Amino acid sequence: MTTTATKKQLHRIDLIFNNDDDCKEILRNALSRSDQEIVNEMVNSGLKGRGGAGFPTGLKWKLTAESKEKEKYVICNADEGEPGTFKDREILTRVPHKVLSGMAMCAKIIGAQKGYIYLRGEYKFLVPDLKKELRKFHDILDELGLDFRVEIFLGSGAYICGEESALIESMEGKRGEPRNKPPFPSVNGFKGKPTVVNNVETLAHSYTILKFGAKKFRDLGVKDSRGSKVFSVSGDTPIPGIYELELGMTVQDFVDDFGDGDCKAVQVGGASGFLVPRKRFAKTTIGYEGKLTGISLPTGGSMMIFNSSRSMYNVLNNYLEFFEEESCGQCTPCRVGCQQLLKGIKAVKRGEKPTSYLDQLLKLTETMKLTAKCGLGQSVANSFSSIVENFREEMIY
Amino acid sequence: MDFHEKLVQNLVSKHGKDRENLLPILQGVIDQERFLSEEAILKISKEMSIPAADVYGTASFYSFLDIEPRGKYVIRVCKTITCAMKGKNQIVLAIENFLKIKVGETTIDKKFTILQTNCLGWCHKAPAMLINDEVYTELSPEKVVDILREYKEKN
Repeated sequence: MTTTATKKQLHRIDLIFNNDDDCKEILRNALSRSDQEIVNEMVNSGLKGRGGAGFPTGLKWKLTAESKEKEKYVICNADEGEPGTFKDREILTRVPHKVLSGMAMCAKIIGAQKGYIYLRGEYKFLVPDLKKELRKFHDILDELGLDFRVEIFLGSGAYICGEESALIESMEGKRGEPRNKPPFPSVNGFKGKPTVVNNVETLAHSYTILKFGAKKFRDLGVKDSRGSKVFSVSGDTPIPGIYELELGMTVQDFVDDFGDGDCKAVQVGGASGFLVPRKRFAKTTIGYEGKLTGISLPTGGSMMIFNSSRSMYNVLNNYLEFFEEESCGQCTPCRVGCQQLLKGIKAVKRGEKPTSYLDQLLKLTETMKLTAKCGLGQSVANSFSSIVENFREEMIY
Repeated sequence: MDFHEKLVQNLVSKHGKDRENLLPILQGVIDQERFLSEEAILKISKEMSIPAADVYGTASFYSFLDIEPRGKYVIRVCKTITCAMKGKNQIVLAIENFLKIKVGETTIDKKFTILQTNCLGWCHKAPAMLINDEVYTELSPEKVVDILREYKEKN
């Protein structure tokens, strides 16, 4: 069952984890340029949010900079909770200075004096090292005369707090329930003030862009999916781990490189992403283009590989248990929807409901997509429909 | 004045009375006592002038802010997809057999609690678990028993 994993290897990129530390020079250089120039550099790089949603980073900074409010905040979202994702921890462990530089640069442009790293409680063990790094970094900022301080805020085990408005609620000492949007955090964020919330990896990429310029970043990737991306690879693969790759590869290329030769399906983007079955490997690319059409899939970097020994029913069951627990319970479509989907597939599996009940459940996911308040409830449909439609036979008794 | 009062007072004076300090204060109580007792919640409510129901409502939202008594060492085994695929159930069984309690329960000497949790972010080194804040990865039933044996000898 072995195939040639080395036949056509994907190009490994070494921008994020290259342990260069030019924080001081990069920040000094950036401070000498106008804010407008740097925002343009960010916009031109084509960098999009690496947490999975893919909002253009330069635009986010620009929108927040435009607000006349005096008090603003920069938040680094390190509440990495999507099943199959572990890249942010690795970035914060190996190159925290890049993330901090990105935060400082953002702060300078939007006019924030205070920044936070919202670190998930599961990564509490990182705190001592991060604090050391913060002290070093604050010294650099003092030397450069930049009035900016970063603090760590610990989460307490809630997946939904990775959603930016839930994250802000949590930082305000409340239940991590997402807000209605608009207004977006760029207008009404932490303590009601304009706030940029960026993923760890996004901030680390901004270091690269400031160091090498927008062009070097833009030259990687395809059309609307520029740059490299850190992927968390797990499941049935002989080489699980973290890999920085160029955006725009097909799932087939990925599987040739990382699969165990018996790959049945790949889950792109974690439990809230899509399952790609073998017959679609060659036709599906990884990137933001054609977002959510199922032809090109955006991802926070979670790539989970399943070989033919795995039951897709068990996989879906596991995802739904996850969502049922992690749904914040605030809006009915998500709270009740997740429960009913889980109950529903169990009933079909046990033969208590006819197989046509799966179609009703598919309709329910469509409703959730339209009516749930935030990305959690809206995205349950992704994995549900891609698994049920492609592996219907496995769902049935 | 008992232990809670002092602990809560110290935490509140360290972090401040503003609402945005509620999570760090709750986390501080958990660090010391492993769970939030009714007395602790009432005391926090009083010190921070937040309704007790609101403090409880916030605490009960977060899976790491336990509101039920827990042992000194809280074991959280990851049950999400990759860990489940790589033998999580065998790990849980080994722990249950060794400690003679089930998931959700605490040993009689109040030393260990077994829980399951959602993705810990160690999918490439599955199966994984946390004991309090400490991470253990690439577990096997034998390895997990060795780890627990060490904890049993600790105070």
